[in-house]
Amino acid sequence: MTFLAAIPSELIHIVIGMVAIMAFVGIHVLVLVYAERKGAGHIQRRPGPFEVGPHGILQPLADAGKLIGKQLFTPTNADPILFWMAPVLAVFPVLLLFVPMPFGPVVTVQEVNLGLLLILAFAGIGVLSTMLAGWASNNKFGLLGAARTVSQSVAYEIPLLLAVLCIAFQKGSLNLSTIVEGQGSWPWQWNIVTQPLAFLIFLVCAFAETNRAPFDLPEAESELTAGFHTEYSGMGFGMFFMAEYANMVVVSGVCTALFLGGWKGPGIDGVWWFMIKVYALLALFIWVRWTYPRVRFDQLLNINWKWLIPLATLNLLGTVFLMKVF
Amino acid sequence: MATQDPTLIAPDYQTEGGAHIVPPVVRIKAVNDVLDICRAMSLWPMTFGLACCAIEMMATSMARFDISRFGAEVFRPSPRQSDLLIVAGTVNKKMAPSVVRLYEQMPAPRFVLALGNCAISGGPFKFENQYGIVEGVDKLIPVDVYVPGCPPRPEALLEGLFEIQKKLTGRRWWPEASEASGETK
Repeated sequence: MTFLAAIPSELIHIVIGMVAIMAFVGIHVLVLVYAERKGAGHIQRRPGPFEVGPHGILQPLADAGKLIGKQLFTPTNADPILFWMAPVLAVFPVLLLFVPMPFGPVVTVQEVNLGLLLILAFAGIGVLSTMLAGWASNNKFGLLGAARTVSQSVAYEIPLLLAVLCIAFQKGSLNLSTIVEGQGSWPWQWNIVTQPLAFLIFLVCAFAETNRAPFDLPEAESELTAGFHTEYSGMGFGMFFMAEYANMVVVSGVCTALFLGGWKGPGIDGVWWFMIKVYALLALFIWVRWTYPRVRFDQLLNINWKWLIPLATLNLLGTVFLMKVF
Repeated sequence: MATQDPTLIAPDYQTEGGAHIVPPVVRIKAVNDVLDICRAMSLWPMTFGLACCAIEMMATSMARFDISRFGAEVFRPSPRQSDLLIVAGTVNKKMAPSVVRLYEQMPAPRFVLALGNCAISGGPFKFENQYGIVEGVDKLIPVDVYVPGCPPRPEALLEGLFEIQKKLTGRRWWPEASEASGETK
């Protein structure tokens, strides 16, 4: 028992939290894979996965089993260490992003007073993993996909940061829980009302940062085979897949906390409001993916440099000005 | 309908000599069975069309036929991530090296479905002194299931998919067409 007492309770807390996060992410990846394929099906007037289990509900499990049972392949001339480091680097930082996520008034793994900064900082590692994947696989499509990812993610991080900064200035905090507490229960008390432009900019940047359609240029099938994960088979590809869906959950969670009142809502506040809002945003992600065609790369960067960054800068300046005046 | 492919009996890890198979250290039948069912239920085809049969392949993935009901709508653009090579159309001699290369780029377990008469035997292009067509893709790569037709109906492609599932798991998972034919529209 003395040995147990020597372990700081904080550590136990974090370990339990990380295990819970892994389970949460695993379940949500399966659910999202199913939701995405069903959503795609229904948007295209077909049932989607239907026969594997009732209404195809076992489809993601079958996919996971298949991916695990598939041969892992390292291309000749590829750098094996970097090549296999990339999928690991894609998944594990994402798990860390859930640490400061305010699921509910008490359901937060660790309240970090720089939580927002932590999320933005570790989200950058995802770009690194993509770049490594493309670079190490020694494949022209992989390299092109990686180059695209880097330019896209770096460009879109700027308006994303500027949009987030507006909220941070307004609430005077980088702690996500504090930001949520600064908002009321009713929708008109949420930050989306005072910062609609920042919300829109954040949303567009979130699509670009998670490489989701219409900004899924890093893996554009029509011109790049499969982009940065062209050479990955089996679970190597599966981990990129997991990272993409986990990233979607993170982005939706941050968006909910910053703009949509987090765990607060009409009636009783609690985790359910947070989850409902996250699911609504995820549904939006899926809906948009199967509705809009992919943009061209110059269009993508033009939207960013000519519209989002100036607008975000103006928005930030306006916010700062108003904060100073009132 | 199907020829026996030696790569299906044991996992085909190619040795340095390129010749044969290393048997796995541990082989648990239950795990293999579960994995085989998973594989059968999630056969991701490659985005690879050669000729008019590819149009039927696209039709199969669209509404009305919807191959996604059986978990096979995830057309992967990269051979590394696909399990099923649907040779949809005429393989001419100029394309042959690419077909072989794509097949070799697919990681195990992999399956090949020859869709249409051209992929099976050269189809209408098979005549004396023809010089441009590979008469049957099984001259190049091992084929698991042949789906005849010129081009085959989408239902036939689905039937070919079921045949591969049957080959993997040893049972047919869906009702036979003859059983369902009692239903009239």
